[in-house]
Amino acid sequence: MRAAQDADPLVTAERAERRAVPPALDTMLMIGGLVALWQVGTILLGHEALPSPVATVSKLAGIMADEDFPRHAWETARASLTALVISLVAGLAIGLALGAHRLAGEVAEPMLTALYSIPKITLYPIILLLFGLGISAKIAFGVIHGIIPVILFTMNAVRNICAVYLRSARAMRLTAAQTAGTIIVPAAVPEIVSGFRVGFALTLLGTLIGEMFASQRGIGYMLVKAMETGDTGTVMALALLLVVLATAASAALLALDRRLRRHALAS
Amino acid sequence: MTRAGWIRLALIVGALALLEAACRHGLVSRHAVIPPSRMIEGAWNAIAADETRADIWLTLQNVVLSLILSMIVGTAAGLMLHKATRFRRALDPLLASYYAVPTFVFYPLFIVLFGLNRWPLVAIGFLFAVVAVIINTLDGLARIPRAFVRTAAVMRLTRSQYALHIVLPAAAPWFFTGAKFAVAYSFIGVIAGEFVVSGAGIGHAIAFAYNSFDNRMMYGLIVLLFVLVGSVNTLLSLWERKLYARRAGR
Repeated sequence: MRAAQDADPLVTAERAERRAVPPALDTMLMIGGLVALWQVGTILLGHEALPSPVATVSKLAGIMADEDFPRHAWETARASLTALVISLVAGLAIGLALGAHRLAGEVAEPMLTALYSIPKITLYPIILLLFGLGISAKIAFGVIHGIIPVILFTMNAVRNICAVYLRSARAMRLTAAQTAGTIIVPAAVPEIVSGFRVGFALTLLGTLIGEMFASQRGIGYMLVKAMETGDTGTVMALALLLVVLATAASAALLALDRRLRRHALAS
Repeated sequence: MTRAGWIRLALIVGALALLEAACRHGLVSRHAVIPPSRMIEGAWNAIAADETRADIWLTLQNVVLSLILSMIVGTAAGLMLHKATRFRRALDPLLASYYAVPTFVFYPLFIVLFGLNRWPLVAIGFLFAVVAVIINTLDGLARIPRAFVRTAAVMRLTRSQYALHIVLPAAAPWFFTGAKFAVAYSFIGVIAGEFVVSGAGIGHAIAFAYNSFDNRMMYGLIVLLFVLVGSVNTLLSLWERKLYARRAGR
């Protein structure tokens, strides 16, 4: 039980919460160091193999100014956001149900963890056969990546709720819906946010992989096309875009996560 | 087996039987899903064919290489980062967001670095697994009880004694969790790389079977892969539980 969750590399929030918020200056220095390392790599490998940071940024600006770009970006954004919403809503509902019903949770948990650690990319052809080529296949693939962590986190959060809260709910004769809305969800919010964070990262990953295989649109498609034609400039520019976007979104959710946890500790 | 275990088994068997019946009666398109019995037949054919056996073997080798490298580098990096407190704090937000980045976009770069051989794929598996090992190593080191550290100081343990008798046993569960994630992530990284970009290995074989409408082979390979990865993960989990049971018993 313990090992299945708390040292998951996707979930460093628990660790981070015990430490002070890292000095932003040091992180800035770190990012500067990474850029410098990149520049050194460019000098060693040559501009053809590894375009320099400056060249990559200007290339990215060029790509973003291109008239085709908004169409691709919108496709990826639409697919991953839809998948994210489905993962969150369905994952939350399933997680709450599994957390509240002990036996159902015990039955489902090993199956979910097994599914989590399996290379799900190999399921993509099946998704394509079921949903056809197009955006619904990408969304479905994003969902199967993102929903499992949301379920697992929500389930564990519900299980770990202080028993007194539940007993008071029973004493007050709350209905199941009232108990979920006024007791379980508020008490489990920090854990649920951690689940959302992991779910977000995996949904984006799933959608991109979906676009890289048998697709005609989206950032993933642009990437795989550039890879096939050996256009390293475009590959690096898109990689930079994804790294920055993913890191920024993840950092924002992490900050929210920390704030909620501190709040939960204080109250 | 526990009650939950029996219910789980019944659920899985029931779902498979239902799928089999639905496929046989034409409720599900034959072009989309084939009956589970045919999938198993396909898995058997895949094992019997020399070509797919070579693919499976190649994938396994790459996964093992990526696993070994990520364990060694990840543990060493974790040990070093644990010492460098300020550096680690600055790195923390980056580590926390690491898995939001699709690592395999760097495949072309690895081809330039290593050439067109197995190493670019190993590198993808490695990048996917190594951060899991680093995070778990750091976690394990951070959770060594203060009392143990003080006791070691009182007893004047040498550095190697300290490492062997205090750090290793105290942090062992986290090392183990790191190893477990490294196995799963090496598989995911290597196979995702094969599936999307490479021209060999079991991931590529699945993509190839899909593109050539060979459903039986495709489902067979998927079943084979899931059985393989699933049993490795299950074995590791069982071993881990045994480890914990012994620690709890002490």
